Amino acid sequence: MSTTTKPVNQKAWWLVLPVVICVAFSAVLPLMTVVNYSVQDIISPERRVFVGTEWFASVMRDEDLHAALWRQLTFSLAVLAIEIPLGIMLALSMPARGWKASAVLVIVALSLLIPWNVVGTIWQIYGRADIGLLGAMLQKMGFDYSYTGNATHAWITVLTMDVWHWTPLVALLCYAGLRSIPDAYYQAARIDGASKFAVFRYIQLPKMRGVLMIAVLLRFMDSFMIYTEPFVLTGGGPGNATTFLSEYLTQKAVGQFDVGPAAAFSLIYFLIILLLCFILYNWMQRVGAQDKEAGHE
Amino acid sequence: MNEDRARLRTLFLIAYIVFALLPIYWMVNMSFKTNEDILSSFSFFPQHFTWANYRTIFTDASWYSGYINSLIIVAINMAISITVALPAAYAFSRYSFLGDKHLFFWLLTNRMTPPAVFLLPFFQLYSTLGLMDTHLAVALAHLVFNVPLAVWILEGFMSGIPREIDETAYIDGYSFPRFFLTIFLPLIKAGVGVTAFFCFMFSWVELLLARTLTSVDAKPIVATMTRTVSASGMDWATLAAAGVLTIVPGAIVIWFVRHYIAKGFAMGRV
Repeated sequence: MSTTTKPVNQKAWWLVLPVVICVAFSAVLPLMTVVNYSVQDIISPERRVFVGTEWFASVMRDEDLHAALWRQLTFSLAVLAIEIPLGIMLALSMPARGWKASAVLVIVALSLLIPWNVVGTIWQIYGRADIGLLGAMLQKMGFDYSYTGNATHAWITVLTMDVWHWTPLVALLCYAGLRSIPDAYYQAARIDGASKFAVFRYIQLPKMRGVLMIAVLLRFMDSFMIYTEPFVLTGGGPGNATTFLSEYLTQKAVGQFDVGPAAAFSLIYFLIILLLCFILYNWMQRVGAQDKEAGHE
Repeated sequence: MNEDRARLRTLFLIAYIVFALLPIYWMVNMSFKTNEDILSSFSFFPQHFTWANYRTIFTDASWYSGYINSLIIVAINMAISITVALPAAYAFSRYSFLGDKHLFFWLLTNRMTPPAVFLLPFFQLYSTLGLMDTHLAVALAHLVFNVPLAVWILEGFMSGIPREIDETAYIDGYSFPRFFLTIFLPLIKAGVGVTAFFCFMFSWVELLLARTLTSVDAKPIVATMTRTVSASGMDWATLAAAGVLTIVPGAIVIWFVRHYIAKGFAMGRV
């Protein structure tokens, strides 16, 4: 939040209240249920036993969970490492005005609007070597490509699908950030003889910081919760190669119907995302503040 | 030198557009094929061009009602999200109050909860309230991730408006609601447009909650689509046609907000 002094006004709580009620109704109540389950063994609707932290302990020891967590972290980091720079580059090369800008905006946004299960289904066909464009092309180029048989191929396909699906989000946000820079800034930079990189580093990047923060956090949390697309595309396989955390959780909750451990798992999962986002959020705020200070000197 | 760079940029943009459009092209291509065509051979164009898949969707009530349900759900969700987020975003951007920073981050945390976590509790909560299989249930469930996002984006836009405007209006004797509706809201029109797009997008494509909370009457299109996996195998062609049609409403929405995005927003935060 802005560091400039804002008047203290406790009545502002009234303005926030509707949001708090809404979110409390749809998030806090359900979360309490999850907490409730996580400490009980539910044998039947009438018979339930308080088990304390037993589920948590057993979930923490679960080797498969550790593996899924590492897979998830690697995947999310790869997503950020590719999508953020690619999104920025894309935003920088999109036309600024005119019909071309409109057309490119709509085209770029298209992949965001496809329901997630359809995304998975399309890529399922698209990647097949016999009838899909991508698979057939790779096959022609001499790769023995198969996302159903080869773990590495499956992983890369899920990653490519995510890049295809979500880079536009980063690009749209960055594009909007870039367009807010007045022409005068660029003129001043030209008079100073600033290099392209200097313009990017000292004008464009700082102006994009706000939107980039949204982009980074959104991409991080959403990729950390990714479920539908890999589920449809690979079903978590081959083997466990693309079984990410959500997938694993759903297998536990629905497949084996272990409500207690699944609830404990959910909470641990939630806390991991929370912790990582908290670190990311504060780090980005700090970098932002330092940049601002440097700018004032 | 400069021209080279511009050309490189255009080249990169074209490369990306090709990358972005190919899977979509493949879907459009599939939607005009028959299932046998799709599965039997590889072809760039439909061998036996057919409208049958689209006809199925437009004539079968269980298909087209999915679109209507989705639109109703998304509309309710957008309306609630933006209505509650506007005053809250104003409070966050203009005042400091007890626990404001914590509250802001707490809101964001709700965006971080995996929907899978909410499945069972939501099911029980809405069953108890008798809201199962209603549009309202899904719309409310989607508030979990849309309200925090709406507050976040709107706060960014509002922080970009100088506070002097508020102060002048109050001195001129405007009441808060009148100032907010007649002066402030028009100023952040772009922000509302962009927020509406994001709410639309995230609610439109969400599957897990939507499928769990509906069965017949309020079933959105994303859930209807999962039906194509049946005993007789996958109905790829109809699915592709339905997929093509799901893009249309969103494309219309982005067409309306494109000017707001092109006008730019930097988010006055930090």
